[in-house]
Amino acid sequence: MDDTYSLLRAFADSWALLALMLVFLGVVFWAYRPGSRELHEDAAQSIFRSEDRPARADADRDPTLEAPK
Amino acid sequence: MQYLKLVLFGLIAIFAAIAADWGRDLAYSVHAALIMLIAAFLFIRELRRVGEPATEHDPNTYMDGPIRYGVIATAFWGVVGFLMGTLIAFQLAFPVLNFDWAEGFANFGRLRPIHTSAVIFAFGGNALIATSFYIVQRTSAARLWGGNLGWFVFWGYQLFIVMAATGYLLGATQSKEYAEPEWYIDLWLTIVWLAYLAVFLGTILKRREKHIYVANWFLLAFIVTVAMLHVVNNISIPVSIWGSKSVQVFAGVQDAMTQWWYGHNAVGFFLTAGFLGMMYYFVPKQAGRPIFSYKLSIIHFWALIFLYIWAGPHHLHYTALPDWASTLGMVFSIILWMPSWGGMINGLMTLEGAWDKIRTDPIVRMFVASLAFYGMSTFEGPMMSIRAVNSLSHYTDWTIGHVHSGALGWNGLITFGCLYFLTPKLWGREKMYSVPAINLHFWLATLGIVLYAASMWVTGIMEGLMWREVDADGFLVNSFADTVAAKFPMYVVRGLGGVLYLSGALIMVWNMWMTIRSPEAKSVTVSVPAE
Repeated sequence: MDDTYSLLRAFADSWALLALMLVFLGVVFWAYRPGSRELHEDAAQSIFRSEDRPARADADRDPTLEAPK
Repeated sequence: MQYLKLVLFGLIAIFAAIAADWGRDLAYSVHAALIMLIAAFLFIRELRRVGEPATEHDPNTYMDGPIRYGVIATAFWGVVGFLMGTLIAFQLAFPVLNFDWAEGFANFGRLRPIHTSAVIFAFGGNALIATSFYIVQRTSAARLWGGNLGWFVFWGYQLFIVMAATGYLLGATQSKEYAEPEWYIDLWLTIVWLAYLAVFLGTILKRREKHIYVANWFLLAFIVTVAMLHVVNNISIPVSIWGSKSVQVFAGVQDAMTQWWYGHNAVGFFLTAGFLGMMYYFVPKQAGRPIFSYKLSIIHFWALIFLYIWAGPHHLHYTALPDWASTLGMVFSIILWMPSWGGMINGLMTLEGAWDKIRTDPIVRMFVASLAFYGMSTFEGPMMSIRAVNSLSHYTDWTIGHVHSGALGWNGLITFGCLYFLTPKLWGREKMYSVPAINLHFWLATLGIVLYAASMWVTGIMEGLMWREVDADGFLVNSFADTVAAKFPMYVVRGLGGVLYLSGALIMVWNMWMTIRSPEAKSVTVSVPAE
């Protein structure tokens, strides 16, 4: 248990595994957190905006200001 | 700035001229001469432009020039790669095609890496660069960052491809599968790739959409991970700065593990994450409805990223690799099945309520078939990573069949779909010149894949069983040559599958040509000349 290899190996299959697992569960929770639906629906629709030209500089403040057609 | 460029190009040309003269091997000298010519060309071009104002970049338009070039390059390299693949498939069936007069240059061993690199890095890579530039601009609602850097990425990547392919032909290889190019080509790719990362990330940073659309997550993960894999797997020391040969720093099982950590994640991040980025943009776009579940796409992303990186050791079952490492690779490969199928379902269910489009729209049909092949090969892969299955499948044609059902089915069909989507868009046409030709391409490609995969399943399992067959006294029944002879008919079928797939691609090229050249031309966006 004193060489670097065994030390790292023990760390990898205990604390590192736990930490990565918790991060992943955190991500899942974050995706399904209450109130995220609206944001996600908006994001899913974003591919149908700004097809032909970039949005105007002030578009991010007011979503009604779409790219001119 | 212009004078700095002139000095730089001049110095490169002189250095390359010296290198071409002093080069210790043919490949190195040829590459040095190539660099010299390119540097001289750029020098003269820059010289003629002294005093001219720099190219204007209008932030209110998208930069589609490199994407248009990328679309054409994708089709071109696709045909080259499929042609090479078909040729070497027939070389395996009919060894006489390893012509005596071309011995040492055009035999199977030299052409095989040209085929793999042409389809993965040239066809797939160009498709990824072009579509990622398209996607990141549209979903960020911002022009590509970095001005002419986008052009540098495109041309720099083509130079990488040309040097890699000519290097293989002339014998410069470091013998690492899918990482064959020698040290100076690796260094050049690193520079181009970092520029690619800068352009992509820069565009995301100046986005005018609040949220970073999920396709960009996959594409960014692809760019970052490939940079990491490429650098680590290519740590080598050149024998001489005037020669192409280099020596790997890792040795033995460490080298093998690094190679397959690279190799498998090249599949995982280049051929999967990157192409999933395409899928998350173009499938909803062509179907005309948003992705089935955005939440699922987030879970899909993180699960895929967390799992793929560990799956490499399954390439090294029953080797000097410790058992625990190969078990780890196997277990993670099997868990990987879940996010893969989650992603496939997410893509397919996007068509919910519009299933009729599979019948009416050949591009949607291509996307759907591509997702089906994705699902099939991500089921087959984990199964083959199980040690007991692997003991039968490894080193046989089954592996080749598996790779091709993924590459031809998933990567190929989705790329064709994207090209059919992009070509009319980028050249201001309403739709492709011939929609029935898309349909024909779909069936040729699908039939080709079926012939390919089915014949490889048969030969793979057959030769695996023949290799392990022992008689009552425990002696092996078959010699290696027996298996080669038994595989002959299936090798011919495989070659025919390649012919079908290639003819489909040629029809696509014709269709693209007619679309781009059609007289109803109208320019959509202001095209920006190179540099």
